[in-house]
Parts: sequence; C-alpha cells; structure tokens
Amino acid sequence: MLKIKDLYAGLEGKDILQGINLEVKAGEVHAIMGPNGSGKSTLASVVAGKDEYEVTRGYITFENEDISDLDPEERAHKGIFLSFQYPVEIPGVSVTNFIKTAINETRKAKGQADMPAAEMLKMIREKADMLEIDRKFLSRSLNEGFSGGEKKRNEIFQMAMLEPKLAILDETDSGLDIDALKIVANGVNKLKSEDNAVLLITHYQRLLDYIVPDFVHVLMNGKIVKSGSKELAYELEEKGYDWIKEELV
Amino acid sequence: MSFKDKLLSSYIALEDYLEFDSPLHELRNNAIKIFEEKGFPTKKEEAWKYTSLNSLLKPDYCVFSNKERNVELKNVRKYFLHEIDTYKLVFVDGVYNSFLSETTHDSLDVCLMSAALNKSKYKPIIETYFNKIAKSDSLTALNTAFTKEGAYIHIPAHKEVEKPIEIINFSTGNEASMFLQPRNLIVVGENAHVQIIERHQSLSSNEVLTNSVTEIFAEKRAYVDYYKIQTDEATASLIDNTYISQQRDTVCRVHTFAFGGNLVRNNLNFYQKGENCDSTLKGITILKGKQHVDHNTLVHHIAPNCESHQDYKGLFAESSTGVFNGKIVVEKDAQKTDAFQQNNNILIDDKATINAKPQLEIFADDVKCSHGCTIGQFDEDALFYLRSRGIGLKEARALLMYAFANTVLESVKIPELKMRINKLIANKIGVSLGFDL
Repeated sequence: MLKIKDLYAGLEGKDILQGINLEVKAGEVHAIMGPNGSGKSTLASVVAGKDEYEVTRGYITFENEDISDLDPEERAHKGIFLSFQYPVEIPGVSVTNFIKTAINETRKAKGQADMPAAEMLKMIREKADMLEIDRKFLSRSLNEGFSGGEKKRNEIFQMAMLEPKLAILDETDSGLDIDALKIVANGVNKLKSEDNAVLLITHYQRLLDYIVPDFVHVLMNGKIVKSGSKELAYELEEKGYDWIKEELV
Repeated sequence: MSFKDKLLSSYIALEDYLEFDSPLHELRNNAIKIFEEKGFPTKKEEAWKYTSLNSLLKPDYCVFSNKERNVELKNVRKYFLHEIDTYKLVFVDGVYNSFLSETTHDSLDVCLMSAALNKSKYKPIIETYFNKIAKSDSLTALNTAFTKEGAYIHIPAHKEVEKPIEIINFSTGNEASMFLQPRNLIVVGENAHVQIIERHQSLSSNEVLTNSVTEIFAEKRAYVDYYKIQTDEATASLIDNTYISQQRDTVCRVHTFAFGGNLVRNNLNFYQKGENCDSTLKGITILKGKQHVDHNTLVHHIAPNCESHQDYKGLFAESSTGVFNGKIVVEKDAQKTDAFQQNNNILIDDKATINAKPQLEIFADDVKCSHGCTIGQFDEDALFYLRSRGIGLKEARALLMYAFANTVLESVKIPELKMRINKLIANKIGVSLGFDL
C-alpha cells in the first residue's frame, strides 16, 4: 500500500529524514518509535503532504502510484489520513460542518454526489457513539477549547467518518488518560480491516498494549535503524533507546 | 469648472426652489459656507491620510437628475430582503419611488424626508432633531446644504416595530455620472425598538458617487439595530456619514458589510449621552481588485457606566486597500466606561494593503479600555489541517475566511439577512460551502 524508498526530506535545505525505507501492506499495523527529534512527526507530515517540507531525494508511492508531488487534499482523496499531534483550532466552524465539508469535498473529488443529509447524520451519530462522544460536542467549534483528550478523540472521529485506507496516528496517545486511550484504541481497532493499514507514531509503548502492531521500527536521526516485532517495543520501554545507539556504533 | 465650483453654483440654482427666511434655509446657507471654506477633504488631513477622493472628483457629475427612470420590480427584487415582510423606502436616482416602497403612518412614521421638511405636523421633530448631531465637516455640510430627500423614520415611545425597515437607494445610470446625497433622519422614541437595513445599489456601470448622511437618535431605553449592506458595483463610490446619539439605557448596534464598490468611506460616529449605554460597531470587509474601504469610527463616551464593542474583520485580496481608523474618546465624567475595540485583518495577496490606526483618548481615570489589532496571513498549519481532510486549497481558504468573519456574522439578528450575507460572502470569495454559519 505505502512504499517509502530512500526518502530524504526536510526544511530549508536541511534534511530531517535521511534515507527512510518503509513498506506498509494492507491489513498491517506498523509502529514507529523513537526519541524526541528523531523525525517521527516529520515523516508523518511528509507522507500527508505538508507543503513546507521539501523532498530532496527518494519517493513515496501509495497503491503503486508516486504521490510525492500530490497536494495534501489529493492524498486525502486517495485514502491517506493523518491524525494530528496538535490538531488546529478553527473557531466558528462546528465539528459537524467541518466533517460534512471534508466528506463532500472528498466525494466531489471522486466524482460522487454529496452524501444525502440523512445518511450523513446517521453516520455521524454512529461514529460518535462508537467513540463515546457526546452529541453536544459535535456542534462546538472545531477543537476550540477542547481538552487534549477531546482533541484526540475528535481526530479519531474524523478518521472513522472518512474511512481512510492508511491512517497515520501521530502521538495520538499523548494527552490521553487511560480511559480515553482505551476508547480511542478500541475505535481504531474496530475500524481496522484486511483492506486498510495503520501507521502508529509514538513515543511510548503504552498505546501498543491496545493497538497491537505487526511491526515496530525505531527511528533515529532521520533513519529507521532497527525493525522488529512488537517485542521490540517492550525492549525499548525497558531499556530506553541508548542500547540501540550503542549497537549502531 | 471643478466639482466644488459646480456644486457651489448648483446651490444657487437650488435656492430658487427653497423657501426664503425659513430656519432650514439658514442652516443650508451656513452649511454651504462651511463646504465653500473647507472644500473636499484631502490626504493632508489626518482623518483622510489613507483615502484620497481625488479620482472621484473628476467626472462631470449630474447633481440634479431631470430624467426620471423607473425600475421594474423583477429586476431589483434581489436587492430586497424579499423573504420576509418589510417596510421599504426606495429612492431611484435620489427620487422617491412609490411603486417599490412600502411606507406607513400607522402608529409610526416611515416616510420621506421631503415631506417631513415641508409639512407642519413634522415641524417639532425636525426642529428638535434635524442636523443636531451631524458634525460640521465639509462633506456632512455639503449634504446638509443640499438636503432634499431621504428616509424619515419616527418610532414613537414604547413602539416595537414588528418588521425591519429597508432603505434602498438605486441609481439607474440614466446620467453618465451621478452625484447623490440622501439624507436620513431616524428618531427612535423611549423604549421603542427598530431594525433597519440600508443599501446603496447601482444598476449600471455608470459612475455614481453618493455622499449620504444619516442621523439616528435613540431616546432612553431605545433599541436600534442597523445594518449597512455595501455590495455595490465597481463604478459606485460611497461616503457614508452616520451619527448616532444615545440617551441613557439605550442599545445601538451597527453592522457594516463592505464587500463591493469602488471606494467606500464609512464615517460612523456614536455619542453616548446618557448613562448605561451600549454601543456595538461591527464590520466585515472583503475586498479584491482595486477596491478601497475606509472605516473611520468614533465612539464618544460622554456619560458614565457605558459600554462599547467594536469588532471589525477584514479580508483583502489582489491589490485592494483597507483602512481602519477607530477612535475612542472617554470624557472625564465617563467613569466606569468599558470600551473594547478589535480589528483583525488578513492579507490574502502580496499587493493588498491595510492601514490600521486605533486611537484612544482617555480623560477619565476609572475605565476599562482595550484594543487589539492584527494583520496576518492565512495560518499555514490550519490550511494543512483542512487540506489533509480532503478539503481543497480554495475551499480551505474559504472555510478559514468564513470562520474568521463569524464573530461578526453571528450577531446579525435577522435570520434571513444573515443567510443573505452568507450568500454575499460566498459570491465574493467564489466558493459556496455546504453550510451557513
């Protein structure tokens, strides 16, 4: 599904990602772990197509198509979703209106008619219930005054509504208490199927107790330095990252 | 002959039709003297530093149109708030149009300035209020000298007007260039409520310059909700001079939606003369091309325990220019004043300009005054967030524009008007979202 080949990318001529190779197949869950500043969020933003990052070498393909030059919305239309580490507050636009616009814009891009209002409403209610989101919450301004947990839950709600093929969850566990973490993880697990894939970006192993990865990769200094099974996450939790550094030397 | 000279000689012609020795005639004579002395304002004056009228003074304007032209309802219906029942005062090239209007004398007066100036039964009101709050700057004086027609609205005490009043000034383009000077007087009695919508609309691409003066008097406990819709043609320019006098316990709100026209100058003046007044001045300005809109506001806090709230949002595309010059004066006796002013602007393109100048003159020592002014561009992180959800760049920008303007739009109290403004915004930014704010 997603193939990243020898990817170098960064800001203002300085590469943060220094030769990433990664393949994510349909049905798989991959976790990317690494210390602060290793390039985890940059990788997420580059895959989602953030303009300010420049790809200097390598390429990204999604379903065998090079997406390196596509706009963020075009990538979204193809089924890539990024759950933001810091979702942006948009005062004056309600959660419901925002998600309606996102869905109908995506449908428009695919040459489909708007989703009928009744169907939209039903879907919004189902997904909100699944994530134990209060209906009143949906008429509030997008992310404005939301707690950290509410923001993250709202991100997963959007993911549930948009039904992406590849969901990149950037530090979705940060700012969540254990109950909220369980609800969010439960939501992600329910949405998981043989046809879609999840790329988890996290600092801690905690989330991986609830969303179990098939593969764990360690990102350091813009490179994947070690890959393994979920046991690798436990090892990292126990021993930190230093032993990998030592191993590399 | 310069436009100023033309106006001065037109005044002499006008005098032939006026009653001599009436108090009004004296008022006109004094006013034309002020205009003769001061002339049109120039950029040398501090209040006109960023707005030049020069280009507007060049055409050979027709000052009194002799040709009358009717307009058909079907062609202009869209400019009315036709979804709901309203009183209407419609002027075509400065002349009252009875066919399109809906006036009343039934428990309130919604009628014509020309009638009010000439009929004796209106004399007490005219003598008490006419030209009593208007400043004596040259443009207001010019309007006073030529006062002929406009809206006359008198809401007696305790009357809650059940439907909004629309004041619409059409210009048909039957002259190559037309100069219009509507003069409105609105007197809202004690504890009376009224909602008014004002619009200037050119129906051709011929040049129009309007120098409008509106005086609004809110007697104690009155409530006045006033909306200015400025979405005129690119060949129409407007100088709007509005003066609001508030007695104690009044609430007066003016919303200005400036999306169109060539050059617009809004001189909006609030005078709080009694305690416990509440003044609201809000505006959304969305410009493109070479449009220029200048909001020049004054809130004069004269009495204690009053509030004022200003919120102006501006979006400037292409090489458009905006000016916000907001002045708050708090007099020595106006203790416990709470004055708030906010002006936020987004420059969409590199060539767009905004000149913002908040001015606070505070002579009282126990007051709360704050002002905030921002000039920025679209938040790149917000754009990326929206686009990552499949919303295209154009739509994402539109959504941010709607969100930006929402604090002003949300306080529009007439739902049909709010919907209409939503559509005007959608038209202006060229994107229609699937929802209204």
